[in-house]
Amino acid sequence: MTFSAQLEARFDKLLKSYPPGRQRSAMIPMLLYAQDEIGQITDELVNEVANRIGSTPLQVNEVLSYYSMLHTKPLGKYHVQVCTNISCLLHDGDKLYEHACKKLGIGHKEVTADGEFSIEEVECMGACSWAPAIQVNYDFHHHVTPEKLDQLLDGLRKKPV
Amino acid sequence: MLFNEPSPLETKVLTRRFGLPNSASIDTYLATEGYQAFLKAAKMKPEEIIGEVKASNLRGRGGAGFPTGMKWGFVPRTSPKPKYIVVNGDESEPGTCKDRVLIENDPHQLIEGVLIAGLSVDAHAGYIYIRGEYRYLIEVMEKAIAEAYEKGWLGKNIQGTGFDFELYAHTGAGAYECGEESALLESLEGKRGIPRIRPPFPAVAGAFQSPTILNNVETFCAVPAILRDGGAAFAALGIPKSGGTKMTCLTGHVNKPGVYELRLGFPVKQMIEEVGGGIRNGKKLKAFVPGGSSCPVLTAAEVEGATMDYDSMAARKTMLGSGGVIIMDEDTCMVKAALRIMRFYAHESCGWCIPCREGTTWLKKILMRFHDGGGTRTDIDLIGDIAKNMLGRTFCPLGDAAAMPTISIVEKFRQEFEDHLNGKPCPYEHSGSVVTV
Repeated sequence: MTFSAQLEARFDKLLKSYPPGRQRSAMIPMLLYAQDEIGQITDELVNEVANRIGSTPLQVNEVLSYYSMLHTKPLGKYHVQVCTNISCLLHDGDKLYEHACKKLGIGHKEVTADGEFSIEEVECMGACSWAPAIQVNYDFHHHVTPEKLDQLLDGLRKKPV
Repeated sequence: MLFNEPSPLETKVLTRRFGLPNSASIDTYLATEGYQAFLKAAKMKPEEIIGEVKASNLRGRGGAGFPTGMKWGFVPRTSPKPKYIVVNGDESEPGTCKDRVLIENDPHQLIEGVLIAGLSVDAHAGYIYIRGEYRYLIEVMEKAIAEAYEKGWLGKNIQGTGFDFELYAHTGAGAYECGEESALLESLEGKRGIPRIRPPFPAVAGAFQSPTILNNVETFCAVPAILRDGGAAFAALGIPKSGGTKMTCLTGHVNKPGVYELRLGFPVKQMIEEVGGGIRNGKKLKAFVPGGSSCPVLTAAEVEGATMDYDSMAARKTMLGSGGVIIMDEDTCMVKAALRIMRFYAHESCGWCIPCREGTTWLKKILMRFHDGGGTRTDIDLIGDIAKNMLGRTFCPLGDAAAMPTISIVEKFRQEFEDHLNGKPCPYEHSGSVVTV
């Protein structure tokens, strides 16, 4: 597989970051960074990563199924992650999540028909003091109200590609 | 960037650079006594460095509260194996968001803490494990690391001291369990985050089966101040046996939620009323969680006279934990709170130990049924019984983390469970919304 020069540079750096014979350590970062570029983790990517770190595809698949941020299905262009864990719940994070689902017409881990948005109800993401919080892809948004969420999603929808 | 206003009641040691222009840059760091503690430590003997850390009474800030100096002392310094320093930046205990601000606003303080730890055990490489959700902090950390290499604070023969150190930022990919130290090491080695059987402890066989110092971000961030001003000065900021300050995340129903650095032993009531601006909408306090959702909850009565330190919380049969304070007002449904907490632990259980895997799942199901109005009187005791049977029966603390808040909620708020019996609607749930799956 070929990746962007930037990602290849990241891979090179990762493979040099661990003691000799311990290149397997690069697996999780490589999968996550590659997923960011190609959108999801495919069988082809699993084989590629396994080859580069000297592991087997089985070892990669075993790891893949454990981590909640590694996805084998495509997400929306904007992956909307709403936290409903306790500190966000106390600030109506559950209602915010329901609002987001209604607004986009999709549920947990579903993608809109146009591929623009996906939703995930997520566990604590470390924004507890600024609840309720969401992440759109990797961007945090704090103190989110249903109105702010609407504005944010409408703004993203209009954004030219 | 700071997400909340600081409080005048803070004791600013780890956060002393917060709010300065470009507080994350190496220039700001060097202009404000940065890396001076490392230079001081480089002239000291390793046992003297560890002695200062012991004198500071610094205890692990990730949640377990183990004395840091003692932990460092367990590393066999003369082992022929390479030694490693690993930073736990997996911050994922619900209610906790302090390591995030420490890395974002002062990453060089963390690097300096790691370097000093390296000097104390003759380690020459380190890894900063940051949870995957904190992607932007990987960029912050990589930039800081690059600056440190460029200015000669990392790499070979640092500032002519003859000490070499290589440092790397490593991303996780979403797993609460990886905050547990042995699971984190597995994850760092490219595996599922399943805890290891101990002994051996990481001090002897940690990263890559080599002796390893593994501490929380906040713990390492306290080290430069300890070396700079002396362990005794840091200890004096807190109370006997609990030295220094604690990054405290006020969350839930307070007027001014935020991350604040408070001296250990800070009165809980003053923290809620003056730092947090009191309970929202003039309501009364119902339940108080001192340090992340795994801690047993305290009632308003139990909070009377409590102070934010290890001993005061232990005396109340709870823990200072990670500093993730969760404040619930009188309108909070404790059954729903217990359910949401359990849902989390059921989701995050790695599945290795049966009491944890099955216990969390069954408790989630029973609590869900209960909150939906399908609970029976025997369920109330059943919840407590299942939770008690998880305690101490798992390889890592996740089972206990799920059981402890549940037991405390059932025991202290039993009436609320009674109020949900016989299909009665939840007395607190005004909108009819119920937590999904």
